[in-house]
Amino acid sequence: MTVFPYVSPEQQMKDKADYARKGIARGRSVVVVQYADGILFVAENPSALRKISEIYDRIAFAAVCKYNEFESLRQAGVRLADLRGYSYDRRDVTGRGLANAYAQTLGSIFTETPKPYEVEVVVAEVGDRAADDQLYRLTYDGSIADEHGFVAMGGSAEQLSTAMKERYSDGMGLEEGLRLAVDVLSKGGGEQRTLGPSQLEVAVLDRTRPRRKFRRLQGPQLERLLGGEARDPAAAEDHETGSTAP
Amino acid sequence: MTAGSSSFTEFVGSIAPELLPARRTPPSTPVTTEVPHGTTIVAVAFPDGVVMAGDRRATMGNLIAQRDVEKVFHADEYSCVGIAGTAGMAVELVRLFQVELEHYEKIEGATLSLDGKANRLSTMIRGNLPLAMQGLAVVPLFAGFDRETNEGRIFSYDVTGGRYEEHSFHSVGSGSLFARGALKKLFREDFSSDDAVLACVQALYDAADDDSATGGPDLTRGIYPVVAMVTADGFHRLDDEAVGVIVQQVIDTRMSSPGGPLAPLR
Repeated sequence: MTVFPYVSPEQQMKDKADYARKGIARGRSVVVVQYADGILFVAENPSALRKISEIYDRIAFAAVCKYNEFESLRQAGVRLADLRGYSYDRRDVTGRGLANAYAQTLGSIFTETPKPYEVEVVVAEVGDRAADDQLYRLTYDGSIADEHGFVAMGGSAEQLSTAMKERYSDGMGLEEGLRLAVDVLSKGGGEQRTLGPSQLEVAVLDRTRPRRKFRRLQGPQLERLLGGEARDPAAAEDHETGSTAP
Repeated sequence: MTAGSSSFTEFVGSIAPELLPARRTPPSTPVTTEVPHGTTIVAVAFPDGVVMAGDRRATMGNLIAQRDVEKVFHADEYSCVGIAGTAGMAVELVRLFQVELEHYEKIEGATLSLDGKANRLSTMIRGNLPLAMQGLAVVPLFAGFDRETNEGRIFSYDVTGGRYEEHSFHSVGSGSLFARGALKKLFREDFSSDDAVLACVQALYDAADDDSATGGPDLTRGIYPVVAMVTADGFHRLDDEAVGVIVQQVIDTRMSSPGGPLAPLR
């Protein structure tokens, strides 16, 4: 008969948390920033596997670290939102409801299974006014925090948050917000790098759009925004990327 | 791996089947005029895309159930769907179809091909067959812009889910015979978008002229047909003001020629 040594619950939880934190510390970072017309998501992500996605009309999802784990969370979120919107009304799908569902799921995975999810997630909902925007940050153990202004998560989250805090101000324009996020990301992890459009995944929840607010910024449009040319992105958008790039 | 997990209908079917119209038990006796019916939808393809228009009347036997009902809907960014038949069933079907397309797009990160969307609608109508046999039929008309071939395409359906691609133009609903007759004489291959819209409004006028279940433009209340256009730029619904101008134009010319434009005999 095999005898398992006694491990106290405190130790068990601590081990799991350490394990998850170590995993997350290895991942690349994502920065979420509020700007005047909505919420901006910037990830250092050269691959085609996405970290930022649309969930519903006003809600988007960003995650870091283990792809298969956050992808299953993302799909579950899309299903939950679509089912709720279909059974009731589109307006009845809220970011808070979704964030709560994620918190429950992550919490029970953390306590009940031997291996916790190595993920951090942001659920963002854009409102009609900047004051109605909501940002929820969820961690591997199901903790949920209501954030304002910006969130940085992933490998060098603390360092990025400190850098963001110094430079963030309410009501920035899209270009300004994007430059800030890219700047902060490229200084993350200690050394200074240059992040070009091909290494970035960028998307916005744009409150000025009708119905589905989520839109990816890619290709020539992203290059132009990063280049800092003064041009209205909303006016140029529809001709270059199609109206809704999924 | 489970197949079909990108489909909203399959997902709902596995966790909340009572929400799906196709899972309902049909009524034991046929339902006929007790429920509202939607009537005429027309669609016209032109070189840059496709236009779809529908009248605004829903009928319940000899009664007008609603005079400003909308029967042409946005399906997704590059397609639209118009419905004739039992209004309640049709509206639910469209709602499910809209979610189905958006759900696939979000889960997969890519949009369905136009044929894929048309086939999906076909499956949904087939699921409704037992109800259709009891008088609760839904007959949609589906049209969209195919981004692979860069053209507007039109698909019609029968109650069993049969899917047929239509060329140039088509119409469904109680007034469709008259509308199709009108379009046959009005349609030209080289239509501009304005011409295609005008042809749709003329055809609906002809349908309303001869079919009591199709509503003509209501000038006193400002109720005009719903006109949607799908081109490479995506879905666009014409606002009432723009349609009002076209309707006024049609009525002005019909004051002197009530039968509408005359086609050359030779």
